[in-house]
This record gives sequence, structure tokens and C-alpha cells, in this order.
Amino acid sequence: MTLFAAAEPVFAVPVLLLDISLMALLVVVAFAIVRMRSLFAVVMLQGVYSLVCAAWFVSLDAVDVAFTEAAVGAGVSTVLMLSAMLLADRKSTPVPMNRQLGAFIVVCLAGAAMLWAVGDMPAFGDANSPANSYVGTDYLAKTAEEVQIPNVVTAVLGSYRGYDTFGEVVVIFAAGLGVLLLLGLNGNAGRWVARPNGQVVNDRSAPSAAYAKDNRSEDKKKSGEAET
Amino acid sequence: MTPFIGYFMLGSAFLIIVSMAMMLTRLIGGPTLYDRLLAVNSFGTKTVLFLCVFCFIIGRPDGVDIAMLYALMNFIATIAVLKFFNYRALNVTLMVNDESER
Repeated sequence: MTLFAAAEPVFAVPVLLLDISLMALLVVVAFAIVRMRSLFAVVMLQGVYSLVCAAWFVSLDAVDVAFTEAAVGAGVSTVLMLSAMLLADRKSTPVPMNRQLGAFIVVCLAGAAMLWAVGDMPAFGDANSPANSYVGTDYLAKTAEEVQIPNVVTAVLGSYRGYDTFGEVVVIFAAGLGVLLLLGLNGNAGRWVARPNGQVVNDRSAPSAAYAKDNRSEDKKKSGEAET
Repeated sequence: MTPFIGYFMLGSAFLIIVSMAMMLTRLIGGPTLYDRLLAVNSFGTKTVLFLCVFCFIIGRPDGVDIAMLYALMNFIATIAVLKFFNYRALNVTLMVNDESER
């Protein structure tokens, strides 16, 4: 099955070059997301970022993570971002430099903390690392008798840590309900205009405004009622 | 399973990455919306092709499943974007006939 097994280390370098080019694409996309002002292009670039990211996960042998990244990142979150754009402007305005300073400091501190934490990580493939020494060996040894599922990851998620997974599902369900209530995907997307303190915000510039006006006038003609 | 096939697949993977970079330039610099839409769609197709080649290169042919999922997701995202720009809403069905004169 394997074309380039460990017997042929000649091919390790070209695969590494492929990985490096994928990472370069990721860096370019990330800078473009930060710099661009057209929000539609940013939404599209986020989908592209997820696609390249999932290809990178496949190259790291994390096929299941790549599956999730493709489904959530490239598919669902693009649709969610588009439905958020229905309620917002299409162009972002530049933030003044003095307001970017605090965020810059926070980002630098977080990055430095991550780099500092890398030093404590065990070496790649270390047999004595925590992931390989305590309960992980038990999972690998006993899954066949105890759970009788051929995939150990599925056995751990569904059986050994079943309550944990159930809690995660509840959290994700609540988050999805919140997003649906905020965006109104159940039939009123694009039909209302935000009105804090009685003032219409973004009535002209929001892309949903024209559609909302059309709908409201049609509704008035049909029912003869004043708009609420 | 000969080394020639291996080099051939490596070369095609590199060429696919080069074409992905070209699509990226059109996506970033594309003047109109439709340039960007086509670039994203084509980028998704390129990713599917790259995954198909790459999972055979690293010896995990089950990555083809992910490539199929990518193709489906690409289709969903494109439909959502086109609905967004035609109707300014995502909750319309695609079977409306009286919307065609818009």
C-alpha cells in the first residue's frame, strides 16, 4: 500500500517541501485576511484557510481532524459568516493605530507564552511522554475486549469519556441555538434592521436593507397593517 | 508502485500547489466579486485534487474520503454565496419561478 515507506527515505524531503509550501500558502492567506477591507473577500479567504489547513492536517496524519475542519471550517462557517454579513456592512473601516496597540501587546504576550510552553513538550514519538505512559496504554490494551470497537479514538470518545462527550454535545447544541436566534435563519433573515434607542442603524449601508424594505412594503400591501 | 509513479505523483502535487497559489493571487487581487467566487470554487477543486494525490504519496489512501467531503462542502459554500448575492437572504428556496425577472 505505502509507496514511500520507511524503506525509501529519499522521498521524505519532497514531502517536507510539500508541507512547507502548504504552510507558506497559509501564511499568505492569513496576512490577506488581516489586511483586506472587503468583508466578502475575507469570508472567502477564511474558507480557503480552512481548506489548506485541512490538507495540512492530512499531511500530519490527523485524518479525523481534517474531516472536522473541512466540514465545519470550509462549509458551515462560510454560511454562518455570510448570514452575519446580511446584518452588517460589507466593508470594514480601518481601526486607528492607538487602538491596535493593546491588541498587539496581547497577541505578542500570548505568542511568547505559546513558544515558552513548547519547551516543556515531550519529543515527537517519546515513549515516556504522558500521552503514551499512563492511561493511554490501558486504552490501547483493553479496548478490544472492553468496548469491541476497532477504532480506539471512537472507543475513548464514545465509551471511556462518554459523559464528557455528552457535555460537549450539549454545549455545541446550546451554541447552535444561540447562533440561530441571533441570525434568524428560521425565516426572518434579512427582514429586520437593528434599531438601538429607536434609531435605525445601517439602514442605507447594510446589504439587507433594500431587501428588508421590499419585504415590508409587500407585507403592508398584503395585510394592510402598519409595520411593527 | 515503481519509483517513476512516485516521482510523477510528487511532481503533480507540486504543480497543483503552484496552481493553488495562482488561484490565491486572483482571489486576493480579483477586482470583481465573480473573480473571487470562481477563484474560491477552483481553489476548492485544487484542494480536492491535492488531497487525492497527497494521501497516496504518504501511503494513506483513506484520505480520498476527505477529498469527497471537500467536494460536497465546496458545493454548499458556493450555493450559499450565490443565494446571498442574488436574493440578499439565505432562507429562499431555489425553486422560485417568479423571481426570474429580477
